[in-house]
Amino acid sequence: MERRILLEHDHVKDIHTLDVYRQHNGYKSVEKALKTMKPDDIVEEVKKSGLRGRGGAGFPTGMKWSFLAKPEGVPRYLVCNADESEPGTFKDRYLMERIPHLLIEGMIVSSFALGVHTSYIYIRGEYFYILEILQKAVKEAYAAGLLGKNILGSGFDHDMYVHPGAGAYICGEETALLESLEGKRGNPRIKPPFPAVAGLWGCPTVVNNVETIAAVVPIVNDGGEAYSKIGIGKSTGTKLISASGHINKPGVYEIEMGITVEDFIYSPDFCGGIRNGKKLKAVVAGGSSVPILPADLIITTAAGQPRLMSYESLGDGGFATGTMLGSGGFIVMDEDTSIVKNLFTFARFYHHESCGQCSPCREGTGWMEKILKKFMAGKATLKDIDLLWDIQSKIEGKTICPLGEAAAWPVASAIRHFRSEFEEYVKHPQSIQDVKHYFRLNNIEQAV
Amino acid sequence: MTTLDPNIKFSPAALAKVEEIVKQYPEGKHKSALLPVLHVAQAEFDGWLSVPVMDYVAAILKLQPIEVYEVASFYSMFNLKPVAKHLIEICQTSSCWMCGAEDVVRYLESKLHVETGQITADGIFQVKLVECLGSCGTAPMFQVGEKYYESLTFEKIDGILEDLRTQKRSKYVEVGS
Ligand SMILES: Cc1cc2nc3c(=O)[nH]c(=O)nc-3n(C[C@H](O)[C@H](O)[C@H](O)COP(=O)(O)O)c2cc1C
Ligand code: SF4
Ligand code: FES
Repeated sequence: MERRILLEHDHVKDIHTLDVYRQHNGYKSVEKALKTMKPDDIVEEVKKSGLRGRGGAGFPTGMKWSFLAKPEGVPRYLVCNADESEPGTFKDRYLMERIPHLLIEGMIVSSFALGVHTSYIYIRGEYFYILEILQKAVKEAYAAGLLGKNILGSGFDHDMYVHPGAGAYICGEETALLESLEGKRGNPRIKPPFPAVAGLWGCPTVVNNVETIAAVVPIVNDGGEAYSKIGIGKSTGTKLISASGHINKPGVYEIEMGITVEDFIYSPDFCGGIRNGKKLKAVVAGGSSVPILPADLIITTAAGQPRLMSYESLGDGGFATGTMLGSGGFIVMDEDTSIVKNLFTFARFYHHESCGQCSPCREGTGWMEKILKKFMAGKATLKDIDLLWDIQSKIEGKTICPLGEAAAWPVASAIRHFRSEFEEYVKHPQSIQDVKHYFRLNNIEQAV
Repeated sequence: MTTLDPNIKFSPAALAKVEEIVKQYPEGKHKSALLPVLHVAQAEFDGWLSVPVMDYVAAILKLQPIEVYEVASFYSMFNLKPVAKHLIEICQTSSCWMCGAEDVVRYLESKLHVETGQITADGIFQVKLVECLGSCGTAPMFQVGEKYYESLTFEKIDGILEDLRTQKRSKYVEVGS
């Protein structure tokens, strides 16, 4: 069963309008927070809730908020990360499209908690139709006195704007996002200083994912403790999972953390099993950046425990036998899927998206794509498998931002768990289907 | 000092939009308006950014032309060459690839008699390969202008092309809306 907290009302007709949203308890948290709570009380509730960032890294939100510097006379900013470009991830899109006011409500209470008077929602440029939905909702909120001066007579002022990106995965990285919001190329900054000290225009800034900010609403309404009781261990609350690939029911599901991966894949309440009665081969559980796992290791940990949908359980076994919850982009592959070709689509993606500032990332992503092209073309040798391994191992920890690692991990895990498939590409290149068309599309020289 | 092309000017509606955008940022931080204003410019001038258009944007935002060029060339949504009236952007990443994106590309190429990248002889269509557009659960998909077309089938594609043929250029920004 789904556990609907954020998506409780997603199917209500016209829930995207302010009137209908308010009929379903919308903006209750703003009334409660601004009229009965102090900003620090809210930070305390968020700490108690155990909420962790839903953008991918899972950093405790309350702790992040308490790092925000508060020098006298300097404005602070809240920036919502709605760049959502990690392959396999489409949950923020769903939330913003269906229930735009939930994000705006979360932004208002979070801003109040942080003493922020201006906030921005940075949304990926391709989601332009959602930018319009959000802008309309922001306008409605202004008209109802929920934004602007003296909100609901509380004395709290807040302005909110929606800002489009223009097609660059790297702008999801928080410092690249801030550069982009300043009207520059999306080159990640060297940290420290962290955004909490010097962020947007050099001012203290909190950057949070859409889903993280939305989760602040039920935390304020029902209290941090109530929220912390949902989920399992340090994975509190619910998580939006974007499910795609070879499954019967792709889509966005809100789950209580702690359900089993097996249930998530096979239950009719969620993915509904593998399409066309096929068998499960592999899963990328948290967006393209996390290690891929073969069927046996995604269903059961190496220690023989059922794998659960939580930060800890998905991470169990480290990168040797585990993976990460990441952004919750859950990509399912059936028995006929070529792991090598899927990896090639990822390698091409990361090469395309590298901002180019660091040599290990700029050159490494290019080399990895090039070598994988050789596999696609049936020109690779067994040595290329080791070369690929060698290149990926030289990126991690040597770059300004984690994109380099995000590009390396899928390569390392594919080789670790599916080495024989790479060997197959070397030994039987003629078995690669439909090569001609594929070569041309990807500018691969004719080979076989 | 760059000399501006007198033929390149925003419509009054676009200028009003620019003014509205600039107000979203604090005094002196108008450079932040650059990305949204470039979207407006692209919508105004046939879907791409020529050097004179970028120079014009630099002038109205009081930036150096290089500040505009370096940004326009960084982001994949900004076209620095002329494009067809309808640019069909097909996702080719993991989930879409698994669910038949290559068949969609092949179908479009044979139906439109062009290869990926080329513009059809009548200037109406162009097929472009792009990376994940956040539509992985409804793969395969493509985007044309603002609109997402999802869970594509050949039959659906026939209908979409038929509709688009008679439509105005798809815009990322309906200027003045
Ligand atoms: C290459 C890269 C891309 C990222 N893309 C996104 C993204 O699209 N959305 C997002 O919320 N966080 C993304 N992140 C994570 C952000 O840097 C940041 O950690 C996050 O927005 C913090 O919000 P949270 O604590 O609420 O998760 C990305 C990180 C990296 C390194
Ligand atoms: S790791 Fe890659 S994306 Fe990140 S700053 Fe370096 S070159 Fe840019
Ligand atoms: S993989 Fe195609 S939209 Fe995400």
